[in-house]
Amino acid sequence: MSNTNSTKKILNSLGTFIALVAIWGLFLGLGNSAIGSAEGIESIVQQTVVIGIAAIGMTFIIISAGIDLSIGSAIALCSVVGAKLAVAGTNPFVTVSVTIISGLLIGLFIGLLVVRAKLIPFITTLGTLLILRGLALALANSQPINAQDANWLRFWLNSLPDDMKFLIIPPGGWLMIVLALLATGVLRFTVFGRHVFAVGSNENTARLCGVAVDRTKLFVYMIGGAFAALSGLMLVSYQGQGDPTGATGYELDSIAAVVIGGASLNGGIGSIFGSLIGALIITVIRTGCTLNGISESTTRIITGAIIVTAVAIDRLRQRSN
Amino acid sequence: MRGIKKAFGAQVALAGVSLKLLPGEVHALVGENGAGKSTLMKILSGAYQPDSGEMWVDGKSYAPANPSEARRRGVGMIYQELSIAPHLSVAENIFLGIEPRNGLLIDHAKMRAEANKTLSSLGHGNIDVNEPAGELSVSQQQIVEIARALSMGCKIIVFDEPTSSLAQADVERLFDLIDTLAKRGLSIIYISHFLEEVRRLTSRLTILRDGASVAVYETKSIDDAKIVAEMVGREVKDLYPRSQRTLGPVLLEATIPGSGKLTLRRGEVVGLCGLVGAGRTEFLRAIFGLDTIEGKNVLVNGAQKTSDPRSNWQAHLGFVSENRKEEGLALDLSIGDNVCLPALSKLGKVGFISPSQRSQHTARWITDFGIRCQGPDQSIGNLSGGNQQKAAIARLLEADCDILLLDEPTRGIDIAAKAKIYEVINRLVTDPKNPKAVLMVSSYLPELLGVCDRIATVCRGQLSEAVPVAETNSEKLMRAATGN
Repeated sequence: MSNTNSTKKILNSLGTFIALVAIWGLFLGLGNSAIGSAEGIESIVQQTVVIGIAAIGMTFIIISAGIDLSIGSAIALCSVVGAKLAVAGTNPFVTVSVTIISGLLIGLFIGLLVVRAKLIPFITTLGTLLILRGLALALANSQPINAQDANWLRFWLNSLPDDMKFLIIPPGGWLMIVLALLATGVLRFTVFGRHVFAVGSNENTARLCGVAVDRTKLFVYMIGGAFAALSGLMLVSYQGQGDPTGATGYELDSIAAVVIGGASLNGGIGSIFGSLIGALIITVIRTGCTLNGISESTTRIITGAIIVTAVAIDRLRQRSN
Repeated sequence: MRGIKKAFGAQVALAGVSLKLLPGEVHALVGENGAGKSTLMKILSGAYQPDSGEMWVDGKSYAPANPSEARRRGVGMIYQELSIAPHLSVAENIFLGIEPRNGLLIDHAKMRAEANKTLSSLGHGNIDVNEPAGELSVSQQQIVEIARALSMGCKIIVFDEPTSSLAQADVERLFDLIDTLAKRGLSIIYISHFLEEVRRLTSRLTILRDGASVAVYETKSIDDAKIVAEMVGREVKDLYPRSQRTLGPVLLEATIPGSGKLTLRRGEVVGLCGLVGAGRTEFLRAIFGLDTIEGKNVLVNGAQKTSDPRSNWQAHLGFVSENRKEEGLALDLSIGDNVCLPALSKLGKVGFISPSQRSQHTARWITDFGIRCQGPDQSIGNLSGGNQQKAAIARLLEADCDILLLDEPTRGIDIAAKAKIYEVINRLVTDPKNPKAVLMVSSYLPELLGVCDRIATVCRGQLSEAVPVAETNSEKLMRAATGN
């Protein structure tokens, strides 16, 4: 009997996947086949990795019934940190570690405000959105930091050289998939992961059942920060620079990705792969519109409309269940 | 109502129900959860349309398309979950949707006067009509809802479990009020799980089972056992089974300075009775570390307890909340997640858990407690209240608790599920290998008298000595609870 339940779950996540294929097919059908070409797919992957990795962290936060509006600023700050270190010729391992630690500290800061000062995550991160952006600008002297020459970093999201075509997509794409598998494992198969769901579904129940609610939330925001740091590094890899004004609006893209992926903003529901498909949907729309010569203004309207429609369809489907 | 049928997809909710309500009558509608009571009432109040069947009000055909049409035709509902707008005033609530007008503007003076008049006629003229309704007590909010139904000219009022959130004194006042309404010629449909209430109030009763009306009786002519048998479709021999209880060592000692002390031994059930708000729940929650009481002292197995829920679970102390939806269960999550939550680390090594272990552990309780569900992975929010409550109690056993703190363990669940929970409690405390100890709070005296070995009373925060159940009865407990 429990099989019908898991089948239903698989069908539900398939629904989002079908939507992705349908949107992609729609753009193919619009006449410009570039979106189906190797270059088109590569471009989609490059953009998705940055949002997708941030969305993995955001999935943890949203499942725990939290929100982080400052992810975009955190990505920008971490991209500046990573780019500065890379440009200075720091050892790649140290660069990555320090950048991730910066992300963890950002998450710790947000988490402490939420847990200790009992501030609402929405307001807290509205504040940190500005604080982190300010820090990024200060650290970078308001100038993009050129990291074109940091080859080890560029490698991840650059176009594949001919001798590596067997990878099909840039290594960053594979990194995202590995991270998603790990994150799914943590959410499904660890005590911590189930505690994240419990806290998000009903904080009172979690407390009653002896779950360390505050610690769980703190970890969740730190995980969000760490993924934002990785996302920042990927942004440097993609754009060849650490941009203190970059990644603007990525918080909304990653939140939208998570929600399109079937998560509930009330917490307790969500899946990593759903969120990745959500991120893909967003970038496919963007890329498709660009390739078909649709103007920026229309692209935004279409993206917004598709987000609202996707979520509305999902809610209707849940109600009929 | 005659031959009412309603199906949701393939699921038949009502398979032909007939109900006849006389003027000035209080008519009980009883049945297990899922028997179709709420569906039937939703059809009567216009929230659902029947697939087939007919209804008449005052001899005229009646087929409301929505609740407001139903109210215009004189049928009003008082739901278990009250539906007042907390920020609007009492008067605005009473006249919501039927505001007296003065041209385009609302005639506030008239509205207040009329509201006051209606409330006075219900014997509650003391309620300030200008106060925000959210500031009122639950029982007063209920009065406001009744006043709303009357202001709309309702001739039929349906009460759905109206006493579930009321204190005993308020329950009595509500009963008097319902009597008064019936004397004025209104017809009342009264839905309740409590047979005492049905006896106290109603003249006739209709029993629903599996979506069909199985019988109509004069309330006086039928005894409780027969009602229960009709509801569940079989004989229930003993609602409160009681095996020989053997007392073991003291497991729990709780002291509150200036109040009293409570001891709980292995192999016994101790009850806490008292009015709602007297402090019984707070006492229980304080033992578990969910609330704080100044200077309280809790000893588990003779050892002093630091009190937070986490360490209590580790000390084999478990708690079932009185509020399933808001605190007891994480409704989006599966049965397995809910049952295993306090003891997740049992399901694997070093922080990992195995879903198949979780399913196995949960499946054991599903079988043992007869939880009706599709399996351990079903979301717990889809279960009926009774089955949810069984899972909430199973959680304590999954965590190997020896001391079970149960706050209103049978609130809002049907009689078959109650019987199962009483049976489980009896089985747990008389287990030959590892008898448990149970401390339970309940507002329902027959249940305490039926299940417990000793009963302590909490009155205005003061805890009395626990009395053996053989030396007490409902009247004595009621007197102690009201401080007389």
